[in-house]
Amino acid sequence: MSAEASAIHMAARASIWLKPHRIVLILIGLALVLCAAVFMRWDWLPQYWEMGLMGIWRALWILAVTCALGFALAVPLGLAQAGGPIWFSAPAKVFCTIIRGTPLLLQLWLLYYGLGSIFPQYPWIRESWLWPYLRQAWPYGVVALTFSFAGYEGEVMRGAFAGVPRGQLEAARAFGMSRWKIFRRIWLPQAFYRALPTLTGETVLQLKSTPLVATISVIDIFAVSSKVRQDTYLTYEPLLLLALIYMTITGILVFVFSRIEARIPVKIG
Amino acid sequence: MELLSPVAPGWGGTLLVGLLHSVEIAIGATCLGLMIGTAGAFGKLYGGPVTRDLLAVYTTVVRAVPELVLILLLYYAGTDLINQVLTAIGYSRVDISGLAAGIFVLGFVQGAYSTEVIRGAILAIPQGQIEAARAYGMSPGLMLRRITVPAMLPFAIPGLANLWLIATKDTALLAVVGFFELTLATRQAAGVTKAYLLFYLAAGALYLALSLFSNLIIGRVEAWSRRGMPSVREAR
Repeated sequence: MSAEASAIHMAARASIWLKPHRIVLILIGLALVLCAAVFMRWDWLPQYWEMGLMGIWRALWILAVTCALGFALAVPLGLAQAGGPIWFSAPAKVFCTIIRGTPLLLQLWLLYYGLGSIFPQYPWIRESWLWPYLRQAWPYGVVALTFSFAGYEGEVMRGAFAGVPRGQLEAARAFGMSRWKIFRRIWLPQAFYRALPTLTGETVLQLKSTPLVATISVIDIFAVSSKVRQDTYLTYEPLLLLALIYMTITGILVFVFSRIEARIPVKIG
Repeated sequence: MELLSPVAPGWGGTLLVGLLHSVEIAIGATCLGLMIGTAGAFGKLYGGPVTRDLLAVYTTVVRAVPELVLILLLYYAGTDLINQVLTAIGYSRVDISGLAAGIFVLGFVQGAYSTEVIRGAILAIPQGQIEAARAYGMSPGLMLRRITVPAMLPFAIPGLANLWLIATKDTALLAVVGFFELTLATRQAAGVTKAYLLFYLAAGALYLALSLFSNLIIGRVEAWSRRGMPSVREAR
């Protein structure tokens, strides 16, 4: 019975793709891809694929680290704005406004060129254990992307924290839970469920921001494609492949998040 | 501080010219994006199956690929294509102005996002209003002007306002392809004077002022578009 149902389900899903105009469009798309594969130059691929994989790995690493750190920063930012006293909520609001009101590229260059030119003037910074890191580019990229994620997500978390019904928190208090336990067991999980759909979008946006670190000489996949363009004088091939790589990563991210979302109870609040 | 003065030895004037270029591009790109978005939304809602699928490909691809990559691709591909067409029909090659190229590239990207915003806004109009307009025998153009656009505006304006803010910030990406706007102007000024922190902070303040000023206008426009409607809760 269930096998029959799943067969019908499969047939229904297959028929979405097998409408006549879709078949024609898919064939045209395949023909375009084939043309690109045959008529464009791809002989540089064997030489650069190792570097490319390193670049993809680095981009994914930056994405994961900045999203995790940014979210950890966004929770206190959201909490401060949703229910904190004024001396917490005002600085948090100013931080979110500044981050959201200026371009990420400018923030990145401000940190890298601006702060990066200030640091060497102080001998005690040059002698500290941090100096080997501060001389490299990637810490500035990670900090800028983390702040950006925290700024946007902090605003989302503010709404999510404020959206948790009062009754839930009052019930928790009536049970005699401590403030920390209320936060950990009731407030944070429910706010997180509310924020999850936007978290998918924010993560994809964050992925699309990672190529900016290539402008401060971090070798991610975008920088690799720029190097290929400089070395081989090809304009389109590296860029098209790059677009395909980002599309694939986006697709995987959206799929993974939709699986996570499906595991979470739908009815909230 | 004299480095920021608007006359010759200072670089304030350069920054302001950069800001002007940024605003010009953002306005142009938003207008182009709105046109593409309106056409795209109607295509997605009322178009044939092929139009719908092509538009789905357009919005999906543009929203999945980083703006920086799209800008490079469209910038090179667009200027290349125009020059090839021109040489094919017997004209000499032209230099595409950075302004036009920037507006085209960002407008194309904005179009994908505003397609989704406007489509959602049209879907949020109560179906009965459109049916009533049809029952009155309105032509599609009249219906668009009198019913669809005014009724969808309150739903579309928050999303479109967000897109405008994104557009002002995305103009900074054009610095990477060498277009002279605020971020590139800042970089040049900072590079010459070595006062990196000062100029980047000044540029940040200009962008922030632009955003805050936009927010002020957007609030007014939103209130105007919602006139006569019941007020909603603050945290929507």
